[in-house]
Amino acid sequence: MRAMRDYIKSLFLLELMKGFGVTGRYLFKKKFTVQYPEEKAPVSPRFRGLHAQRRYPNGEERCIACKLCEAVCPALAITIEAEPREDGSRRTTRYDIDLFKCIYCGYCQESCPVDAIVETRVYEYHFENREDSIMTKDNLLAIGDKYEAQIAADIAAQAKYR
Amino acid sequence: MSEEQTVTIEVDGRELKAQAGAMLIDVTDAAGINIPRFCYHKKLSVAANCRMCLVEVAKVPKPLPACATPVADGMKVYTRSPLALAAQKGTMEFLLINHPLDCPICDQGGECELQDVALGYGSDVSRYVEGKRVVKDKDIGPLVATDLTRCIHCTRCVRFGAEIAGVRELGATGRGEHMTIGTYIEKSVDSELSGNIIDVCPVGSLTSKPFRFQARAWELTQFDGIAPHDSVGSNIHLHVRRNEVMRVHPKENEAVNECWISDRDRFSYVGLQSDERLTAPMIKRKGGWTEVDWPEALDETARVLKQLHGDQVGALASPASTLEELHLLQALMAGLGSNHVETRLRQNDFRGKAPSFPWLGRPIAELETVDAALLIGSNVRKEQPLLGHRLRKAALEGAQISYINPFEIDLNYAADQMVDTPFGMLADVAGVAKALGATGGLIDSAKVDETHQAVADQLKQATKASILLGNIAAAHPDYAILCGLAEKIAQASGATLGFLPQAANSVGAQLLTGKGNNAAEMLANPCKSYVLVGLEPAYDFWNPAQASAALKAADSVIALTSFRSPSLEQTATVMLPMAAFTETSGTFVNAEGIWQSFSGIVRPAGEARPGWKILRVLGNLLDLPGFEQESSEEVLAEIRENLADKKPDNSLGDELPAQQLSQTSGLQRIGDVPIYAVDPLVRRSMPLQQTHDAIAAAVYINANEAGKAGLSEGDRVSVKQDGHQATLGIIIDSNIPDGAVRIPAGVAGSETLAGQFGQVTLEKA
Repeated sequence: MRAMRDYIKSLFLLELMKGFGVTGRYLFKKKFTVQYPEEKAPVSPRFRGLHAQRRYPNGEERCIACKLCEAVCPALAITIEAEPREDGSRRTTRYDIDLFKCIYCGYCQESCPVDAIVETRVYEYHFENREDSIMTKDNLLAIGDKYEAQIAADIAAQAKYR
Repeated sequence: MSEEQTVTIEVDGRELKAQAGAMLIDVTDAAGINIPRFCYHKKLSVAANCRMCLVEVAKVPKPLPACATPVADGMKVYTRSPLALAAQKGTMEFLLINHPLDCPICDQGGECELQDVALGYGSDVSRYVEGKRVVKDKDIGPLVATDLTRCIHCTRCVRFGAEIAGVRELGATGRGEHMTIGTYIEKSVDSELSGNIIDVCPVGSLTSKPFRFQARAWELTQFDGIAPHDSVGSNIHLHVRRNEVMRVHPKENEAVNECWISDRDRFSYVGLQSDERLTAPMIKRKGGWTEVDWPEALDETARVLKQLHGDQVGALASPASTLEELHLLQALMAGLGSNHVETRLRQNDFRGKAPSFPWLGRPIAELETVDAALLIGSNVRKEQPLLGHRLRKAALEGAQISYINPFEIDLNYAADQMVDTPFGMLADVAGVAKALGATGGLIDSAKVDETHQAVADQLKQATKASILLGNIAAAHPDYAILCGLAEKIAQASGATLGFLPQAANSVGAQLLTGKGNNAAEMLANPCKSYVLVGLEPAYDFWNPAQASAALKAADSVIALTSFRSPSLEQTATVMLPMAAFTETSGTFVNAEGIWQSFSGIVRPAGEARPGWKILRVLGNLLDLPGFEQESSEEVLAEIRENLADKKPDNSLGDELPAQQLSQTSGLQRIGDVPIYAVDPLVRRSMPLQQTHDAIAAAVYINANEAGKAGLSEGDRVSVKQDGHQATLGIIIDSNIPDGAVRIPAGVAGSETLAGQFGQVTLEKA
């Protein structure tokens, strides 16, 4: 009985037809493939992409060199050096993130008491040299300046969940 | 109530035995029961003003502060009862009302008592929404940074100043919310122990200025070390990050430094990062310095040393060199046939027999229990600050401390000071000896005045008395006579003779070196070649002019040094970079005769190598026996074997040298070495050099002598001494006796002059 059923299945290529059926259904279904880079997938405001350092509206950098991000970083990707600035305030003289070490966990952003270090929605970046993977303070601030509007909007949107 | 009476109390259900009258917090601390506190500090008086240590005591309606509650028999204490917890939580909330909670920018963050206690005893959220108080920060000098808004008014710093440092520099003004800590008038905090207020401050109100914003507590790795700047041998913690010493903290050792360290030991580390660090071996060729690699430098050095034999070579080493370095240096010299190794570079009078193991005469901790002490030629407060602190403790307990010095020193307790010219000092010391009934050449002709008699009586009546010879005495032209007289005083009064050794390893150096020509002989009859270890010719010799001349005249000068300096570059022919104190392992013998070993905790700067390794390799290159050690511990084991039978011994030869070398005519120079000029590292620590105590070279003269010479404050004068000249400013100072001028040695400006003592002439420039 079972041999009979298998014989008919293989004679009429039923399994193959079933497979073609799936293909055929999807052929006429609505497509969700995105034509990257012309098209882009939507990104969550919680997305943890490239890091940025923010400034206050008056242009003053936010980071106060408390080093909590450095302490919390599980990959030891952050290196900070600090000293008193000319006006006596506490500021970093060096703020490096090694993006090869970084695991994009977002703990740095979580720990920051002044919302200075953030992870932006930016995920499109590349390095041409190995040493470019080290994001310096200037780089981070430049990224922050560029995406400030979006960063601020994302943080505002998330504030009520914190 | 006798002191030995013990009582039994019950704390949180645990039965504890305690001495009657002891404070509750001492008893719980000893038993390991934690009670939160801010104002209480075991070395300071009880203020009971923070109220954090409130605990519940049975049958008492209100909670009591544990720091100010004496234990009584049968007392039942609850440290975690609802009442105690509510009291602690309430106190915490009040303390935080005016605290800015700016932990992210506070240097104390991560090691803050307020943070820790707030976490354990405070509440989760603040109910306080009103404005907080702000206090303007004060500039109290180059060592301590202030953020007074964070202050919780525990007054530990105020009590430290009054009780330990002995200078009431900080105080609280205002009441209630308006209370602020400050210096009353705008001034800096100048105590030589001021850095300790950083440690006692439970919050981030007083923090280290050189360390400001540099690192976080959690980034630092703590290593043990021994402070290399004085003979106390303070135990220290070195905090290291990424191969760099970031700061120095005291390590508690009740027998040596209690829980304090001097500012010199705390802030000298800054000098380790000096631009003048020598980072590669250098050879002088055709008058210019060339960087070379180690094999070349060592081959060159060995080639030079091989040509020499016997008396042609002499070694001069810093008394802060480690035992290991000195042992190998001694062995190297012995291999070359010379026994000229000397570390007593600030001494000129080497007559008589030197003690075989000169030491303090009694344990450091015992110094605070003496009933009387006579210090001869010592500014102990600045020379060995923590020994000064012990003597101050003794003085506050009623001990009679007297000084015989060539100028009046600034003291923080009541003491008799006999001030006379260098020559007159001898008469004073002899006078005291005579009053005690001693006899001898100088003593018989001495006159006894009331002060001498009073000091003699004090020494005689005391059950525990010390006669101490300090650094000024060691540089005195008649040091041998001073020593002899001091010994006679000690014998006649039953007091203990002791020395206040200058440097970290002065005592250890005496055990190993000093068998050949002494420093004065080596420089007066120049050798063909010198080996210098850890020295700067301009600042580390009794007679810098003579030393520079002798070194310049030598064919070759091999310098093992951590720092380059103009005077070394002029005189040396080879400079070998030597590791500084945090970078090498070694052993120091302190004033008490305790051997304290330490290990290297950071990599030496650049190509520098530990001194003992350099000397060992030189020994190998010269094919000398006894240079097979693989580690400094092996060298130490050898030294221990050689010195196994050495016991501390201050005995001198019996005979006093007859001839007095101090001069009576003209103006006599007093060349003391200021606190922050003692060694190359301290001289390169910028924060220390900016302090009030870092005095520059100048002519300190009293108004009477200045008037005679027609000089007034601020005049520039040309100082002449033994044919050497320097141009210095005049400072009128009533602490200087007639017939003398104080021109500090070891500081820039006076290095062109001759000996630390001697006749000088002043001419208006």
